[in-house]
Amino acid sequence: MAFEEIKAGLEKYHAEVEAKLVKNPERANLVPNRLYTPVDLGENFDYMTKLGFPGEYPYTRGVQPTMYRGRFWTMRMYAGFSTAEESNKRYRYLLANGGSGLSCAFDLPTQIGYDSTDPMAEGEVGKVGVAIDSLADMEILFDQISLDKVSTSMTINAPASVLLAMYIAVAEKQGVSADKLRGTIQNDILKEYAARGTYIFPPKPSMRLITNIFEYCSKNVPLWNTISISGYHIREAGSTASQEIAFTIADGIAYVEAAIKAGLDVDAFAGRLSFFWNAHNNVLEEVAKFRASRRVWSKVMKERFGAKKAKSMMLRVHTQTAGSMLTAQQPNNNIVRVALQTAAAVMGGTQSLHTNSKDEALALPTTESVTIALRTQQIVAYESGLADTVDPLGGSYYVEALTDKIEAEAWEYIKKIDEIGGAPEAIAKGYIQKEIQDSAYKWQMEIEKGDRIIVGVNKFTQEEEAPKNLLRVDGSVGKLQAEKIAALKARRDNAAVEAALKALEAGCADENVNLMPLILDAVRAYATEGEICGVMRKVFGEYQPHTTL
Amino acid sequence: MANVKVLVAKPGLDGHDRGAKVVARALRDAGFEVIYTGIRLTPEQIAEAALQDDVNVVALSLLSGAHNTLFPKVVELLKEKGLNDVLVIGGGVIPDADIPGLKAAGIAEVFTPGTPTSKIVDFINANVK
Repeated sequence: MAFEEIKAGLEKYHAEVEAKLVKNPERANLVPNRLYTPVDLGENFDYMTKLGFPGEYPYTRGVQPTMYRGRFWTMRMYAGFSTAEESNKRYRYLLANGGSGLSCAFDLPTQIGYDSTDPMAEGEVGKVGVAIDSLADMEILFDQISLDKVSTSMTINAPASVLLAMYIAVAEKQGVSADKLRGTIQNDILKEYAARGTYIFPPKPSMRLITNIFEYCSKNVPLWNTISISGYHIREAGSTASQEIAFTIADGIAYVEAAIKAGLDVDAFAGRLSFFWNAHNNVLEEVAKFRASRRVWSKVMKERFGAKKAKSMMLRVHTQTAGSMLTAQQPNNNIVRVALQTAAAVMGGTQSLHTNSKDEALALPTTESVTIALRTQQIVAYESGLADTVDPLGGSYYVEALTDKIEAEAWEYIKKIDEIGGAPEAIAKGYIQKEIQDSAYKWQMEIEKGDRIIVGVNKFTQEEEAPKNLLRVDGSVGKLQAEKIAALKARRDNAAVEAALKALEAGCADENVNLMPLILDAVRAYATEGEICGVMRKVFGEYQPHTTL
Repeated sequence: MANVKVLVAKPGLDGHDRGAKVVARALRDAGFEVIYTGIRLTPEQIAEAALQDDVNVVALSLLSGAHNTLFPKVVELLKEKGLNDVLVIGGGVIPDADIPGLKAAGIAEVFTPGTPTSKIVDFINANVK
């Protein structure tokens, strides 16, 4: 069948359709074309350059040769609230019910380097995650969980070094050496400045801490994913799909540049870089986004940074379904949204997945709603057939065209950010924040004008009772943590703590020192997170945000 | 009403400011004068900003669950500064069960997820002093 023949047929088809549009009108505000055909891919569509094979450059079809035919993605439920004791119970429940990895949510004081007793922590202790003040809490958090058997992801950024050190120290106590530890720290400070907000230190010492971790782990914790370069929160803040991958890959470029500048060989650390995507509502656009992101990153690593190892070029990704798309109205509908988002992440080829629970627009999830979210993944894995062949949408005219479009838009943004001077500079100037905000505002206005329908919110609304059985975090967690800290300070060797903190302070002042061993010493001596971050705050100062509207 | 001045503020440690920024912009487009504080402010800093900028409305946004502690604290500090006429409203991930308590503490209205920004505009117009 000749290309020209398809083109002619397509013209005829459109002409006939348009002639009848008055009688058979189409819906308003449709973004994609009416129909996709080989014409959209172009006459010279080159399968090998654009797609290739799974597990091969440019990884469009996936990073592993057999994808889920060997093993499903890791079903990793993000959890954590209240105390270490409470969260430990939830982790063991998830593992007992088929969860295949852990994912720790820390409360905001922990994420920002404050002890639970800090005045800044008032009202926040144990609210959005578990409160961790010292190694003692971390020991309880992983009680009866063998760290050589489980992989653990920790959503921790500015103080990532401290929480990783605590994890290593807990493993030591369990008799598990660091080279056996598998997991991920988020450790992505640039998106904190741009979209998520749990920053502590200014960019320069923050980038130093990150490269210190890359270097330390490449030698001591070789199976650890040292960073999870995150588009998730950029998307949650309101970006489009293309912006999500473009801004994140631009951040990735900045980290690789910083590590190379610090003297590391690209292939020594790049294989441990991982990514974090959002699975949003538009299923096919999301699938295309995942595919496009792998193509862009592999090209960046190969062509821009001269990576040689295949692993260095693979974009491995954890995914979370879009929290911002959950509705407080008719919350049961969220189960359906999450199922579709799960389908998108799986057809997009994610390596691990967190599914949100139906009640998360209202509060942290209950055990019952978390179970439905986990079961959603299991149904998609075992019943839907979506995981039975590699990249099932590869070759779809629409998905291929969309993959090309998102890739082109991402390159356009990356070029723009390069011209500004890289992601850190683009964030300092507020460029990235502004782009995200504009998209967020546009989205909201579309909803308010009725151009975008959210079921149960601006259409098909109904009167409903206030939902019952929401999870509530007891206000006494702050007091409980304060008692724990007081008891800890009474029983630990305070001279050893002081010595370790002094050594850390001296290390902070000398740019050539890798801080990881010093942080590990302080953690082992049971210095609190606030004490450790306090020393770093003293030497490094604090980040002053660029607020744009 | 001419020249209504609104301070959009994020108390506590929560960095989720998509909602705050969207609301700030919508209020600005509705003709209010809007000041956005940025994230991670203490209640003291917010009350001080309200005083310095002489605002008519303080709009608080919080998604972390710390609203029962931090929203009433802002109201208290505003009163301490003699800002008794300032209309204080709030929004975020706030369970319905908490709303009566917040209202009793002086939060005039609480807007939960899915609220059209036009509803916030209307509320301010109807209630600002």
